[in-house]
Amino acid sequence: MSRTAAPIPVRIIARLDIKGANVIKGVHLEGLRVIGSPGEIARRYYKTGADEILYMDVVASLYGRNNILSVVEEAAREVFVPMTVGGGIRTVEDIVAALRSGADKVAVNTAAIARPEFLGEAATIFGSQCILLSVEAKRRAPDRWEALTDNGRETSGVDVLDWVVEAEQLGVGEILLTSVDMEGTRRGFDKELIAAVRERVQVPVIACGGAGQADDVVDLVAESDCDAVCCASIFHYDVAPIGAVKQALVAAGHGARL
Amino acid sequence: MIVIVDYGRGNLFSLSKALDRNGARHCISDQAALVRRADSLILPGVGAFGASMAALRARDLVAPLQGAVRAGTPLLGICLGMQILAVAGDEFGRHEGLGFIPGTVRRLPAPRADDAEAVRIPNVGWRRLESCRADALTREFGDAEMMYFTHSFGMAVEDVDNVVATVRVNGLDVPAIVRHGAICGCQFHPERSGEAGLALLARFVDRGDADLARPQTSSIGGN
Repeated sequence: MSRTAAPIPVRIIARLDIKGANVIKGVHLEGLRVIGSPGEIARRYYKTGADEILYMDVVASLYGRNNILSVVEEAAREVFVPMTVGGGIRTVEDIVAALRSGADKVAVNTAAIARPEFLGEAATIFGSQCILLSVEAKRRAPDRWEALTDNGRETSGVDVLDWVVEAEQLGVGEILLTSVDMEGTRRGFDKELIAAVRERVQVPVIACGGAGQADDVVDLVAESDCDAVCCASIFHYDVAPIGAVKQALVAAGHGARL
Repeated sequence: MIVIVDYGRGNLFSLSKALDRNGARHCISDQAALVRRADSLILPGVGAFGASMAALRARDLVAPLQGAVRAGTPLLGICLGMQILAVAGDEFGRHEGLGFIPGTVRRLPAPRADDAEAVRIPNVGWRRLESCRADALTREFGDAEMMYFTHSFGMAVEDVDNVVATVRVNGLDVPAIVRHGAICGCQFHPERSGEAGLALLARFVDRGDADLARPQTSSIGGN
């Protein structure tokens, strides 16, 4: 073949942390600040080139008033890239409800740590491509991270590097890896965490937490071989819009969907 | 009326919303009578080949689909819904498919260390289409349209004329869009592939009409 090789596009995912009727943003998953309306923000990110949208319910209230599923349902009318819902997914019925609202995938953390078999059951019913393991990693030693639960509020004693291997064997299709230490700080990614997880699993790894500028994403992709990068602050505060991040990736010789 | 065939597999809701956006009248149904009467059919699907065929049989939908196809009803299979259009699949043992497109479904090749374009399997993400020939579905597409894929298997098509576009996966050109008369399939998810994906769906719906709806002949297998 004479075709020139083109780098595989890195997926750029916009993360919307949802509380009630609002998109909010915190630091280290705490100290929340209102950013705006989920429908409007998701629409804007879709139109400006987000490869996927992640909705994370920070209070895990799937069925409460102004619940996240109604937020997703509204967005689904106008967003035609993959959408993932996380936060409060505990049962097969929760997954059905999420898919019915227009989500394509769900991200599971707390319920999976409480009962790992849930991941296998869910992957069997909905397919691996539908089930993401969400990991909230807190660094405990230079090369050791603990998986937190309940949106970073609770400890679990579970070692992240063991957990991702077990979850892959159980059938999860992707791993959403959030560094609680870097999340919301805009000080850059925990590249050691991401590289350590990347080495241990075959499934796609989505790196999340810490981007402060487009170059942070470029550095991460250059060093860690991650498949996808998930950002919130740099998009919400317009520090680096989605298009700017993708342009920076392409300029550095990486792939992106422009 | 477009009928999205509901056999308990796949996310029908995002597909439905994509058709809404295109203003296309449609319903989601598992009723054989509606499948037989449909103006055009969309066969979605995720999961495993054998389990999906079993799900179609359990709902007594195989014969209505064969009947509709024989009558020339345009059909679009999406993702696994495309793969089961083949004669057989090799996922978890050999399974018979619908046999609408001569070919088989095989596991995607593993990445090689010396391949600059190597991807992990499952192949998840936005991938560039390589056009093989002109088709109504891809009319107006640019040179490098990207679509959202999530798959571990791909179709090996017997007649290259049935391949409209391919996607490169670890050195292999895997069919991304296939057509055999009025029967079409896409390995990616057009309903999740942004405006380009919506445009493809719109063209399938537009062309769900007489000029492609000609009766199929001998190559349509019965099970």
